[in-house]
Amino acid sequence: MAGFIARRLVSSFLVIVLTSMFVFALFFLGPSNPAGPVCEAQGKCTAERLEMIEEQMGLNDNVVTQYGEFAKGFFVDRTITVGSEYQCEAPCLGISYGTRTEVTDELVKKYPATLSIAVGGAAIYLTLGVTLGVLAARFRGTTTDRLLVGSSLVVSSIPYYLFALLAWIFLTLQWSIFPATGYTPLTENPAAWAAGLLLPWLVIGVTSSTQYARFTRGSMVETLGEDYIRTATAKGVKSRTVVFRHGLRAAIVPIVTIFGLDFAALLAGTIFTEQIFGINGIGWWALDSLRAPQDFPVILATVLVSAVLVVIANLIVDIVYSFLDPRVRMS
Amino acid sequence: MTSFLTDQQTAGASDGTGQDDFLVVENLSVQFPTHDGLVQAVNDLSYSVKMGETLGIVGESGSGKSVSSMAVLGLHDEKRSRITGSIRVGGREIIGASESTLRKVRGNEVAMIFQDPLTALHPFYSIGRQIAEAYRIHNDVSKSAARAKAIDMLDRVGIPQAKSRVDDFPHQFSGGMRQRAMIAMALVNDPKLLIADEPTTALDVTVQAQILDLLQELQHDFKSAIIIITHDLGVVAEMADEVLVMYGGRAVEKGPTRELLTHPEMPYTWGLLSSMPDVSAGTDGKLVPIPGNPPSLLNPPSGCPFNPRCPHVDKVPGDLCRTELPELLPGRRGPNHLKRCHLPDPDTIYELDVRPVLAVDPAEAVDGEG
Repeated sequence: MAGFIARRLVSSFLVIVLTSMFVFALFFLGPSNPAGPVCEAQGKCTAERLEMIEEQMGLNDNVVTQYGEFAKGFFVDRTITVGSEYQCEAPCLGISYGTRTEVTDELVKKYPATLSIAVGGAAIYLTLGVTLGVLAARFRGTTTDRLLVGSSLVVSSIPYYLFALLAWIFLTLQWSIFPATGYTPLTENPAAWAAGLLLPWLVIGVTSSTQYARFTRGSMVETLGEDYIRTATAKGVKSRTVVFRHGLRAAIVPIVTIFGLDFAALLAGTIFTEQIFGINGIGWWALDSLRAPQDFPVILATVLVSAVLVVIANLIVDIVYSFLDPRVRMS
Repeated sequence: MTSFLTDQQTAGASDGTGQDDFLVVENLSVQFPTHDGLVQAVNDLSYSVKMGETLGIVGESGSGKSVSSMAVLGLHDEKRSRITGSIRVGGREIIGASESTLRKVRGNEVAMIFQDPLTALHPFYSIGRQIAEAYRIHNDVSKSAARAKAIDMLDRVGIPQAKSRVDDFPHQFSGGMRQRAMIAMALVNDPKLLIADEPTTALDVTVQAQILDLLQELQHDFKSAIIIITHDLGVVAEMADEVLVMYGGRAVEKGPTRELLTHPEMPYTWGLLSSMPDVSAGTDGKLVPIPGNPPSLLNPPSGCPFNPRCPHVDKVPGDLCRTELPELLPGRRGPNHLKRCHLPDPDTIYELDVRPVLAVDPAEAVDGEG
């Protein structure tokens, strides 16, 4: 098991390094010149001034040297020149071209909002989706089943942003059923934290639960047809125990895989959710950084964060899998 | 002796029904409504089994042998099946019984062993835990007591180092060991009836005999009745006291094992015997398969269900085989041997036409068993 985790950690590390190189190369080989906006911000931008700023920012070094500088920043403090000089403490992800602040600090400041949305939303869609799926599978072919499958189809055929926007407009603005949305740090005021995130949680929870309901239903229907379910019934096991301890225990395994990856995607930023509900998290930040003039250090940071999260989620899924399914358990 | 019931016998004669019959199945029909129509899986089946006796149910796939025995445990989804007739286990009616009544019977009075022990055991729970679960459902004992019982049972069915193997998962066991574990799980509550649904079909031939020996040995210890479902007449010859041959969802022949195998009276049984290979004979020996396919259970053939495949239809006067379903009646060999066939003199045909071409003479095979 330890060897397996070590091997996976090495390959995960490689994936992250390659992703950062790819983003780096893409940006620097592309048409965008980060020196331009910096130059224009200081008044009339002459060719000589532009040249000088490019030199200061290190943009004239080759891409490999620049990447080396960037990577070094994880371990030692750097001095970065963007118009004027800035100190960037390790681990340094650079200085934002837009706000001229340390990207690492911004990340730490914005991340709790995204994390809060993701954890609450995922908790709702997982419990709701799996419960509905189990119910639909258990009462397969009945009206309950058809109602569940039908409504899940309706919900999942509405585009997410429309659903979120309508929920926000009607439920908070128009009818004031839910408190105004927004982010208050949990440590500051837990009640305000929960109140501001309630609607985003429910919107993510309800919309994503429909696909989990269908995954679970399919997986359960298949599992409930297995021979070992018949064996359990033939032993005299109560039908509820058969469904949960024998059926769901086996049916949940593929769902864990999907959940791990979905959850990682949520953690990497929920652009629509953050925009619509006015929550300043990673998703919003990433979207902002893409607007001209592009804020390269922020783009790189947000991409790296999602790469790291996806890789970690995969690793966790694999480890959890080996606990769930003894047949893949490593010795 | 296991006794069988015919329609006549249930109607009047006292010949068949004894007080000590543990399982009594009367006029059992199992139907499954499907989009294509009504699947008549079992039709008007009657039999009974006494304590300590073994009944062999023989037939090819789709003959209704598994379906009928699953009905004994009430394992058919009542929403997806129509079951009529009567199944009494120790005097308790199973058909239409409540879930809680069924649970008291399942795994406790009647236990079942399935064909493929790999798929029949839960892949994510250890062998010991699955056996302990079966024990704790019907006995109010602690987890550690149930575990001790599981180790004891594994030891009894011949799993070496049961103490350490008890925590193994099914995939860590070999096929034969899995079936032994399955048997341990079935016998953990000392059931009065054990239904073994093709217990050796998924196993290596060398392991098959071990499993059958184990079943016989345990039957001797536990004094339980056994229903062994198989398509292998060799298994029946070794295990069963009585044989019930099923075809197209109906009983077509039944009688004491030795009697039925040495003097079969129904052409389908002859066909089964002719399909048995003889491993000791030369390679030029011929296997005679039964021509055609099992009948459709959606649109069963009129008359005798076996008539489209029966080579002896022309020996029956008129067109009786195609027009009239023969009743299950005693032939000329006494009241215990019943057959569902119009042939007026099946014994002569068997002796003259069928027996000489058999690869294995059942008379010798049964004698060999002693």
